[in-house]
Amino acid sequence: MTVVQADAEVATASAPAPGRRRGVPKAVLNLISVGLGIAIWWGFSLAGHDIPAPPEVLSRGRELVADGTLLDDVLASLGRVLAGFVLGVALAVPVGFLMGWYGMVRGLIEPWVQFFRTIPPLAIIPLAVVLLGIGETPKIFVIFLASFLACVIATFQGVVGVDKTLINAARVLGARDGTIFARVVVPASTPFILVGMRVGLGSSWATLVAAELIAAQQGLGYRMQSAQLYYDLPTIFVGLISIGVLGLLMDRILLFAERRLTHWQERR
Amino acid sequence: MIKLQHVRKVFADANFTALGDVSLDISDNEFVTVVGPSGCGKTTVMNILAGLDFPTGGQALVDGETISGPGPDRGVIFQQYALFPWLTVRKNVEFGLRTAGVPRAERRRTAEHFIDLVGLSDFADALPRTLSGGMKQRCAIARAYAVNPSILLMDEPFGAVDALTRVRLQEQLLRTWSQEKRTVVFITHDVDEAVFLANRVVVMAARPGRIVEVVDVDLPYPRTEEMRLSPAFTALRNRVWSAVYHQETVA
Repeated sequence: MTVVQADAEVATASAPAPGRRRGVPKAVLNLISVGLGIAIWWGFSLAGHDIPAPPEVLSRGRELVADGTLLDDVLASLGRVLAGFVLGVALAVPVGFLMGWYGMVRGLIEPWVQFFRTIPPLAIIPLAVVLLGIGETPKIFVIFLASFLACVIATFQGVVGVDKTLINAARVLGARDGTIFARVVVPASTPFILVGMRVGLGSSWATLVAAELIAAQQGLGYRMQSAQLYYDLPTIFVGLISIGVLGLLMDRILLFAERRLTHWQERR
Repeated sequence: MIKLQHVRKVFADANFTALGDVSLDISDNEFVTVVGPSGCGKTTVMNILAGLDFPTGGQALVDGETISGPGPDRGVIFQQYALFPWLTVRKNVEFGLRTAGVPRAERRRTAEHFIDLVGLSDFADALPRTLSGGMKQRCAIARAYAVNPSILLMDEPFGAVDALTRVRLQEQLLRTWSQEKRTVVFITHDVDEAVFLANRVVVMAARPGRIVEVVDVDLPYPRTEEMRLSPAFTALRNRVWSAVYHQETVA
């Protein structure tokens, strides 16, 4: 709940408010901030810390784009994240609903969810490698686990938190369990599921690089690790920036979906 | 026709007797208000009538049949509006009709009629979050009316709106009711409201919840502002008031 509200506040704050004190537009401030950040980075690099300067990173980026490496890496990483994330969400939503709706299912599943939640997905990697080998499967599995655990809790809490009066209102209008579920519980918990998806996406990305430790041949995480062996700092920077930009883009897409699907919410 | 016969309700886990021994007959198209201090069990009565809760003793009957659960013959209006926030006014009003499998065109026509009746035509496609409290409650009334129940159960429906809106809503409710007569059981803690609306005011007391007095309101409808200020109204109001506020603490 707090997550939703905090987010709503951010949303209202970022909207251009006509009555507010006039000043520099937000986009300009953002640009200034980015420019300043790059300047500081440049400063550090000039001061002789072993950091590559922005032009160096930029030209390495160009090279990697030109020979197709970056695109292949991005596609490999995106494929893993999306596969794990989609599988995780696809399982988390029904399981979360069942847990919220049936006390018995909740009693059976909750201890396991709570238990696995305390284990960082990365700690599963050794086990996943032994059991699942070194192909794509263990990588996707670890990402799947990360997004599943984040999303299942959110869905479950959304279902449990559905206003009892709304359920009663549907019942007195003649709705039976199936109808109540489809037309009250599902829409009422959509905001929670979407927040869960965003959190899940975040943890999927967070798990990616480590998952690509497992004998990957391609991927942003793999590229950064092999660069590490050769002290190739510009490539590491290109990898980091790519992961950041892609993560941000995907989060924005989900945020956009959230706005569209839950515009009915009373925002405080 | 509603019949409560020696209805008792004990919440065993809390060892609390919500209703002692409540008997009440309400005939068709009557407007009955139930008034009493908090904890007198008025909401319990309403939940039993709605079929959302069940008596632990005695019987609650509608048209001679024991109430076994919620049903489209009894519409309920909740204090917190309970509108589905993701549906527009029109879709909210259509909800019960859709559940009942009414075809789209007819659904729309019926919804239109009741939205018009409560004066929300201009807001048919608005989401609840854009409506004021009074408008939300009017939408809830239209939604309850749309499934054509013979009984309307209203649980402090105007409890959350300001005093002026409350008076407007009362007048509008009576207008709606006079055009579409239903049996109404209206729960409130506002004595003026209870007298202004009702054919009959049922006064309840707490510990255990019970009926202490039933006051007939023999003022004609339509009820007007002048009536509200008339000596006859004042006399009735005073009678109900003293029944509510000068209750003996022990039965």
